[in-house]
Amino acid sequence: MGLENLKFTKEHEWVRVEDGIATIGVTDYAQKELGDIVYVELPSVGDSIAKGDACSNIESVKAVSDLYSQLSGEIVEINEGLEDTPENINQSPYDDGWIVKIKISKEEELNEMMDFEQYKLYLAGIEKE
Amino acid sequence: MSNELNILPELIFEISKEGKVGYSFRDIDISDDLIAIDKSKLREDIKDFPELSEVDVVRHYTNVSKLNHSVDSGFYPLGSCTMKYNPKINEKIASLKGLNTHPYSPTDCVQGNLEIIKELEKWLVNITGMHGFTLVPAAGAHGEFAGMMVIRKYLESKGDARKIVLIPDSAHGTNPASAHFAGYDIKEIPSNEDGVLDAKTVKEYLNEDVAALMMTNPNTLGIFEKNIMEIADLLHENGSLLYMDGANMNAFMGIVKPGDIGADVIHLNLHKTFSTPHGGGGPGSGPIGVTKELVQFLPVPLIIEGKDGYSVNYFNDAGIGRIKNFYGNFLVIVKALAYLMALGKENVSKVAEDAVLNANYIREKLKDVLDLPFKSKTLHEVIFSDKDLPVTTLDIAKRLLDYGIHPFTIYFPLIVHGAMMIEPTETESKETIDAFIDVMKKILDEAKKDPEYLKGAPYNTPVRRLDEVLAARKPVLKWINEENEG
Repeated sequence: MGLENLKFTKEHEWVRVEDGIATIGVTDYAQKELGDIVYVELPSVGDSIAKGDACSNIESVKAVSDLYSQLSGEIVEINEGLEDTPENINQSPYDDGWIVKIKISKEEELNEMMDFEQYKLYLAGIEKE
Repeated sequence: MSNELNILPELIFEISKEGKVGYSFRDIDISDDLIAIDKSKLREDIKDFPELSEVDVVRHYTNVSKLNHSVDSGFYPLGSCTMKYNPKINEKIASLKGLNTHPYSPTDCVQGNLEIIKELEKWLVNITGMHGFTLVPAAGAHGEFAGMMVIRKYLESKGDARKIVLIPDSAHGTNPASAHFAGYDIKEIPSNEDGVLDAKTVKEYLNEDVAALMMTNPNTLGIFEKNIMEIADLLHENGSLLYMDGANMNAFMGIVKPGDIGADVIHLNLHKTFSTPHGGGGPGSGPIGVTKELVQFLPVPLIIEGKDGYSVNYFNDAGIGRIKNFYGNFLVIVKALAYLMALGKENVSKVAEDAVLNANYIREKLKDVLDLPFKSKTLHEVIFSDKDLPVTTLDIAKRLLDYGIHPFTIYFPLIVHGAMMIEPTETESKETIDAFIDVMKKILDEAKKDPEYLKGAPYNTPVRRLDEVLAARKPVLKWINEENEG
């Protein structure tokens, strides 16, 4: 699945960029922490969002968490399948469990994210705590 | 177990037998035109409606009721919720006939009721050091909302309602929702490694858009926010206000007054701290107290004490208006006043001392066998985690059911991984708490010897471990007659 090509955030989200479109999901670490996911609330296609806005709401047996977008832009596609099979996030966080696609308006925001190696170090730091 | 009938009764639909009835009526022969309801709206029969005799129905519901666990049947250390025992005499007083008046009664006829409201206001002013109170809000979150509306109204009167409310990550979960409802954007601020908010951190987040900071004190870690005065000063210098969520007031009432340490608005939960049972759908009551500058913005109605008795003012253009029909949940107010009067001024602090003592007793007794994620001193509750255990917090909670104890709050607050949030409350005896500690040690012992066994708990309950994931993903909310399906 090429994790090396993804960007990561401190909030344990991953981003895959192709032709100015960013696909966003949560990482394997995040899905494990959340536990079994039972409901995903998705935005509407066409919504514009700014960096730091909540663009989705993930409910697990443990908690309800917001997914904060680390990118500004417009929602161009949502993973509607998650409404019926939210467990896809648990089972396939990097593929079938993708959440939204955003048309990026501020490419420079990508620079603030970590690459896979940096994210691995970040995770190691958390585990040590 | 508190119920001797340790099996799950069948559903009322499943014990139905065709033709059974509770009461038999004589056939009445009346002509159709005497029936006031349009014939097309009348049903011949209701599909799958259960048919039972009276005794069947009584036994069914009595047996179902026996499956309840309540604070009247056993220990209930649900953290943050203050599931304490409340003296029954307060229920008795609240059910006195003379107090159950019609809300449209003329004020002349309900002077006693109005006096009760005013008296409780005075008690709460004394306990909290706030300048004025309204007892109108129907529950805690309603109080939070009213309080945030008061802040908004006050700031508007100065020409700028501002945009942002700061909320620490250790605050009650309702705080962000209430502030958002009052029209504010929320910014979460992190607490430090001691589990409290730093003044330095608050400073970083302050700007001219910040309307207020909502602080839960003691916070959801059970820790007193010791920097509150410094934080209040910073906020006030910035023209922002400090909202203090006082839902956990049993931790320090009679000892510290929020009004003395910089709070501009607070709410209390009469249904947690002041003798109304908590849970079960209410009614609750979430009075708010405010400083002198904010009193004029309180919601109506206001109870006015005059020379010739009490009157009710429904008109206050400056205030936030009405937030509830009539005047709050009056009988909850009655219970709170009865409770406080029975305690007496000098014993209010004793409540807090006992609540803190009980929680710290558990902390001391279990700290060697469970991980204590925050080492700071805690007040009315204590939080452990499942770190380094061969089982999870959920497994321990489920096993507690086998011993007839209601589990503590699990996996909250979110900032603690695998949190076990235990609040014994001030009303539990040493014997009960010792018994709980023994059970916890026994369970931890079982966990070490045979973790797999714990993962299967509970064993002695009418149903075993439920599939919470399936229940949440594919909930079955109504009974369907399988015989008719297909």
